[in-house]
Amino acid sequence: MLIQISQLTIGATDLIAAFLFMYGLKRMSSPVTAPSGIYVAGIGMLVAVLASFLYILSVDAAAKPQLPINIGLAVIALIIGGGLAWWVGKKVAMTAMPQMVAIYNGMGGGAAGAIAAVELFGDKTHGLTQLVVTLLGALIGAVSFSGSLIAWAKLDGVLKNPLRFRGQQIFNGLVMLLTLAVGGYILFITKSGATPLLPMPQLTELFFACALVCGILMTLPIGGADMPVVISIYNAFTGLAVGLEGFVLQNPALMIAGMVVGAAGLLLTLLMAKAMNRSISNVLFTNFGTPKKHKQGAIKGSLKPVDAADAGIFMRYASSVIIVPGYGLAAAQGQQKLYEFVKLIKSAGVSVKFAIHPVAGRMPGQMDVLLAEAGVPYDMIFQLEDINDEFANTDVALVIGANDVVNPAARTDKSSPIYGMPILNADKAKKVYVVKRGEGKGYAGIVNALFYAENCDMVYGDAQAVLAKMIEAVRGLGSAKAA
Amino acid sequence: MEYQIAITGFVALYIFMLAAFSGWVIIGNVPAILHTPLMSGSNFVHGIVVVGGIFALLNASTRLEQAIGFFAVLLGAGNVAGGYAVTSRMLAMFQTSGHENKHAKHGHAKVSPIKKG
Repeated sequence: MLIQISQLTIGATDLIAAFLFMYGLKRMSSPVTAPSGIYVAGIGMLVAVLASFLYILSVDAAAKPQLPINIGLAVIALIIGGGLAWWVGKKVAMTAMPQMVAIYNGMGGGAAGAIAAVELFGDKTHGLTQLVVTLLGALIGAVSFSGSLIAWAKLDGVLKNPLRFRGQQIFNGLVMLLTLAVGGYILFITKSGATPLLPMPQLTELFFACALVCGILMTLPIGGADMPVVISIYNAFTGLAVGLEGFVLQNPALMIAGMVVGAAGLLLTLLMAKAMNRSISNVLFTNFGTPKKHKQGAIKGSLKPVDAADAGIFMRYASSVIIVPGYGLAAAQGQQKLYEFVKLIKSAGVSVKFAIHPVAGRMPGQMDVLLAEAGVPYDMIFQLEDINDEFANTDVALVIGANDVVNPAARTDKSSPIYGMPILNADKAKKVYVVKRGEGKGYAGIVNALFYAENCDMVYGDAQAVLAKMIEAVRGLGSAKAA
Repeated sequence: MEYQIAITGFVALYIFMLAAFSGWVIIGNVPAILHTPLMSGSNFVHGIVVVGGIFALLNASTRLEQAIGFFAVLLGAGNVAGGYAVTSRMLAMFQTSGHENKHAKHGHAKVSPIKKG
């Protein structure tokens, strides 16, 4: 009786959790309701985790003697894993969000893989379907685990350069095939009952090792600019793996939550890939960012460096300014200074808007978060499709730390690697200022024709230092007038 | 396990299909400005895997299963706690113009743009 009540309770709380997850995600679709959305989802999680301990009453007979140890282990794991991650998550800088999301995502994938490992090593799967799904979940979870760790290392700067070698795609393909072959062999042995070449536990170990290596190999050659797509893909992978393991454990809450996240991750991946004008297979299987010998059409005009103070004063007396921030701004920690400058010219009557390209930053929407952190209200922030027509009627476009996303070659130059990528039409503004550290190229390694355009001036320097000079110059105007 | 409903074959596929569709529709409506918190939020949601980890660990009968199960719960708990911490931090930062405007001080006169060579 007690067992039945506990199982009913687990079923009911899982149902509630699944509802709260979806409702929470739904509330996240507007900045106004979003903070309560994560709270709602959090309640669902808390209830589900607490209820899962009721499973104590219905464990297998073989596990009964171990139960006190297992309960202790579970509590310790929850406290250590949860505590550490919470502590790090609370204190990490906002610019480090992409790597945090990558590592937490990898943990989820690893957990899904580990659940599959318990099922496989303990020989707990029943029937062929369950075994296939377990193996599939194990593969995807393990790939997501090791791949996310590599993505974290890249984003955190531990791994500096993409690792590429001749014949890499063929090598990666072979490792993938080997993994699938081992998985297939496990299935064959289980089905036919034949004697395996290796003992079963070792076969399973080999399978996991291959899957982990797959994740590492897949992620190593991918360049920094492609990280938004990679994080989205692994997010989708982990969701999928969780959903599949949910089926193995016969737990609908895991199935639903995992699949919702899997689909969401896939959608975000497609959005990101579209924003970069590349297919997903293109991101995963070709080496972007290697300097290609590409015939650059002759660029007319010259680079015109100007003083930061002059540019600042010009914007102070403009009537409208659109700011195009890129990752370079965040790298220079210039968001606070930028917003200080914006407030200054805004109070002088200048209309200021921010234009965000979908792939600005290292994960989807990261630039929006960084601006929000600096205090920029979200109604000043506009997305590409909402603001692109306004550039033509704008006095000044201030491009700061961005490059490829404002390169007009994407519209005109068919031979350019970024041809067809949607860009912000900063070049159509009456005046363009580009704040840049030096005369370097963007991630795509292409010279930007915008910088040479008639209406474009370059302000060289560290974004933060340049903005400080602009602020000083505009303030100087105010005090000179008062004197 | 005896008392639980069995989810097999097409029932599982129906659950997967409907869940995937819901995810697609829910996320499709989210504005680009919220993509980072959203991804981090969905990252938190798949942390439900910790529940699966707890089931697997409680059911473990050998040392090896206990070790892997412990690992599963450890990672799953990290996913949940970390995902929640960063998502709530990010979402707390989004605010409208109504919440600020305390700093606007400098120069109010609107002057016509300077012509520059």
